[in-house]
Amino acid sequence: MSIRVYMDHGAGRPVDPRVLDAMKPYFTERFGNPASFHSEGFKALEALKEARSSVAELINADPSEIVFTSGATESNNLALLGGALRNRKKGSKVVRSAVEHISVINICKELSRMGFEVAECPVDEAGVLDLMELEKHVDDDTVLVTVMAANGEIGTLQPIREAAELAHSHGALFHTDATAAAGQVPLDVKKLGVDLMTLSSNDVYGPKGVGALYVKKGVRVKPHMIGGGQENGIRSGTENVPGIVGMGEAARLAKQEMEAESKRLTALRDRLIEGVLAAIPESYLNGHPTERLPNNANIRFSYIEGEALMLSLDDLGIQLSTGSACAAKTLEPSHTLLACGLKHEEAHGSLVFTLGKNNNRNQVEYVIQELPGVVERLRAMSPLTPEELR
Amino acid sequence: MYSEKVLDHFKNPRNVGELEDADAEGTVGNPVCGDMMTMYIKVKDDRIEDVKFKTFGCGAAIATSSMTTELAKGKTLDEALKISRQDVADALDGLPLVKMHCSNLAADALHEAINSYKEKSTKK
Repeated sequence: MSIRVYMDHGAGRPVDPRVLDAMKPYFTERFGNPASFHSEGFKALEALKEARSSVAELINADPSEIVFTSGATESNNLALLGGALRNRKKGSKVVRSAVEHISVINICKELSRMGFEVAECPVDEAGVLDLMELEKHVDDDTVLVTVMAANGEIGTLQPIREAAELAHSHGALFHTDATAAAGQVPLDVKKLGVDLMTLSSNDVYGPKGVGALYVKKGVRVKPHMIGGGQENGIRSGTENVPGIVGMGEAARLAKQEMEAESKRLTALRDRLIEGVLAAIPESYLNGHPTERLPNNANIRFSYIEGEALMLSLDDLGIQLSTGSACAAKTLEPSHTLLACGLKHEEAHGSLVFTLGKNNNRNQVEYVIQELPGVVERLRAMSPLTPEELR
Repeated sequence: MYSEKVLDHFKNPRNVGELEDADAEGTVGNPVCGDMMTMYIKVKDDRIEDVKFKTFGCGAAIATSSMTTELAKGKTLDEALKISRQDVADALDGLPLVKMHCSNLAADALHEAINSYKEKSTKK
């Protein structure tokens, strides 16, 4: 079968060929160490500098405020562990939203083992942070507040500026995980007023294994990688120059192309949602109808389970994700869907479509055409009745 | 990842559906956990003459249901009671470890159906 409709860009993206071209020389030709005081070292240093500027520009930061890491998970570790520990004297409380990425949730668990009080702020049924609740949770003992810019699973955009303002009114730092949002919606650290922002390279079509943390000038985080003092002493270790060059080029392209691409994706997303909901009875959109990432559609289907849906679609050349427990290592359904108030049995039947550069209208139509049959086949096998879902 | 056999039974499940004149049925699991299945049996001379299933759940849940019906068909009730979860998994060339417990319930559903049949016939 030659059909390949990859709609799982939230999980992994192809590297843009232009990014790969930019990276190539740094493997074999310009392989110098940026710390070396000779011409090969200078070339590498120059490349780092350029990449740092491109990443900074994507979020309107100063290049000196960008710390390169090994990816979003490390950036989250540096921001949350590093931010809370470095500022421990200020207080002992950390506040996060209920729909954070698993890495943020697990880092917060680690913080509570270290003696911090961790508060979880609820979201509404569309997954939007409840600012009134946030106000109740954030107090003068709060060191750090973390709220993702957009949720990668249900696509919901969060009121970051308001949340940051609230954190600052109590003297707390504000971190946002912008992994899913970057490259899709404009991010301006100055306008948003954030102190720390997590970015991932692969999520803007750069290579995997690279990320960055924006650390606002004057904000201190405790380094977790001790060594030769690279990245302003915040993240030691010889820089992954080819990877960083890739992330830089990816960020540069994202900045240039985001507006047009997001418009294109929004149209595809809306057609996908409208088409699927119209074609399949008892299917529902998860997340916010409009305040969502341009590339995200999360739809749930009653009476059936997401992993079985995923397997059936994979057979038709369609790849995506599910919020079902059956596809998770933990055997728990998506915490994000549960936080939105869905029941377990509803969360199990959810599919996550995350669109990207290589998706087009024909592919969306193919999904709309194939999905009803798949759903029908599984529903015919299911013993569930409307009463059981009530 | 699933074995070829699991994928085959998932894509082409055997004996799927309801058995209209079933002598007994057994249901295990629940929709909250993500797996629920019902086995229907038709019994003649103490043998499982026909068996069908309906399953809500993942690929493994559907494949184990299908395989269980294949293993049970034609067996005596006592033989069928001996079909274990492990037998079902083995017949499918294995299941991912994480699926062994939660999605491998079909043998239990079969046993439920048989026990319910036995209860009914002793009451008669």
